[in-house]
Amino acid sequence: MATASTSAPEFASAPLLRVNAVTRLYGERTGCRDVSFDLHQGEVLAIAGESGSGKTTLLNCIAGRSRPTAGTVEYNLRHEGLRDIYRLSEARLRLLARTDWGFVHQNPRDGLRIDVSAGANVGERLMAIGDRHYGRIRDTTEDWMHRVELDTSRIDDAPATFSGGMQQRLQIARNLVTHPRLMFMDEPTASLDVSVQARLLDLLRGLASELGLAAIVVTHDLAVARLLAHRLLIMKSGQVVESGLTDQVLDDPQHPYTQLLVSSVLQA
Amino acid sequence: MNSPDHAAQVVGVHADDSAPAGAAGTTSVQRKGMAVTAQGYNFAYLDEQTKRMIRRAILKAVAIPGYQVPFGSREMPLPYGWGTGGIQVTAAIIGPDDILKVIDQGSDDTTNAVNIRRFFAATTGVATTERTTDASIIQTRHRIPETPLAEGQVLVYQVPIPEPLRWLEPSETETRRMHALEEYGLMHVKLYEDIAHYGHIATTYDYPVRVNGRYLMRPSPIPKFDNPKMDMNPALQLFGAGREKRIYAVPPYTQVESLDFEDHPFEIQTWDECCEFCGSKDSFLDEIVTDDAGGRMFVCSDSDYCGQRRAGQAHGGDAAAAQQSQQSPNVPGVPGVSDTPAAQPAETASS
Ligand SMILES: [Zn+2]
Repeated sequence: MATASTSAPEFASAPLLRVNAVTRLYGERTGCRDVSFDLHQGEVLAIAGESGSGKTTLLNCIAGRSRPTAGTVEYNLRHEGLRDIYRLSEARLRLLARTDWGFVHQNPRDGLRIDVSAGANVGERLMAIGDRHYGRIRDTTEDWMHRVELDTSRIDDAPATFSGGMQQRLQIARNLVTHPRLMFMDEPTASLDVSVQARLLDLLRGLASELGLAAIVVTHDLAVARLLAHRLLIMKSGQVVESGLTDQVLDDPQHPYTQLLVSSVLQA
Repeated sequence: MNSPDHAAQVVGVHADDSAPAGAAGTTSVQRKGMAVTAQGYNFAYLDEQTKRMIRRAILKAVAIPGYQVPFGSREMPLPYGWGTGGIQVTAAIIGPDDILKVIDQGSDDTTNAVNIRRFFAATTGVATTERTTDASIIQTRHRIPETPLAEGQVLVYQVPIPEPLRWLEPSETETRRMHALEEYGLMHVKLYEDIAHYGHIATTYDYPVRVNGRYLMRPSPIPKFDNPKMDMNPALQLFGAGREKRIYAVPPYTQVESLDFEDHPFEIQTWDECCEFCGSKDSFLDEIVTDDAGGRMFVCSDSDYCGQRRAGQAHGGDAAAAQQSQQSPNVPGVPGVSDTPAAQPAETASS
């Protein structure tokens, strides 16, 4: 079952991530309720909804940042198969989060170390897992800056001197440097100007397919879901009201709430 | 012993270990009787209960090399920044038969060193010394003596900021978790930044170390020149941070490794010059301005080490050193080197 192979047959069999009946309550209030889905390697899933729909709560539960009140989140560990991430040791979970996972925050300042250079931001994960060769860290960093279309001559500049779009690309490079299999993204383009959003979405889509990256993207913007995601969950009041292939859900919405969301986009 | 507490013995404070070496004929130990102990205070100022509490913290620190142990730091009759952490550690381990040396930047004669030495002389009546080899306890700020330490000696460091990860991680909860989980990548990010901006690791003081292959530790603001002395040192090294209420330790013969990169290995400071007074090529040198015309010279930062070398040279030590001595200006008042700039410019500097 837990073979090291990453080829297509395994794609079909064991999921990379299995979310099973996840519920997160805050006292009386519901964050999210009874959410289940599988995510396979290389698959991009969007979770869409308005603010307060529970999509960010759900993302934090899945990403190991907030223990669910009920339900399980299982991740397909290399060599071990599906394991409940909340039963891993804290050390193990944190290691997983900074090697095999990535997390792209809406505000790049939440995901970057603003006090150190762009290069140090990208190289940090390498140093965290024990790389002790400055020149090699440097080379790898330049390579990733290049791949996210950042000018490598700015490797020693402070991220504060970067534009919002560049900061977001830097945040992505900082995550990808350890070759994660799964990326979590919380409104990755929402903080950017519309003109910059499209280029970043193109970049993300290209990287995801090139790297065979699985991703969970939380967004309030159905256009982001349309561009990036193979599958889509629509959330309302903490629950999933509709899910399916992105194009099917958006072209032929079944639930009245989804229909409302889609029609409001079309009117805009 | 006035305080025959088991802990004090376990941490290695034995008066017998500190018998004067008497190598140079005379001993500079000034022994005072218990009679001169200041009235109204307990031995070494702190009450016995507080000392026991601090000793428990020290024992825990010794058991887990490099780990920062919280302790209930007490108000001391000196302000923070004057070494209250080190003073509390010394107060907790000192016994009536101990011989105390106090240095500040290598010198026994700065205001800070004199005040702390007077404080313990007044509250304990113990003998004090300026000679590294005679001391059983050496309290220090910013230096490790050049003279190698021996088994049975205790080096007590005054620590302003104990947390090595604090520079980038302000949260105490988070830094504790990083220590617990051995997440030390951030420290290399700092060294990376040095190389990226200066072409080399520019950190020269308080240079981070890994103790016993486990805990990341701040060695207090000693020059990195002194870092190798911490490694496998026969003496017990204790660190006290008063304001931050932390004690940590490096037990005798413990591995202490300075962090670096494979392609930017750790290096200590070096000088082209040698000491103007004793000719030492191996000690940490201070640069002293000698006149208004920009004249300057280099002398040992460790005044006892320099003085002992000069005394040895005067008594006909090895030929090379004696020759060096003849060339050197004869400046009286050896321990007070920094207070008595030489009248002559540096003519004998080797470069
Ligand atoms: Zn000298």
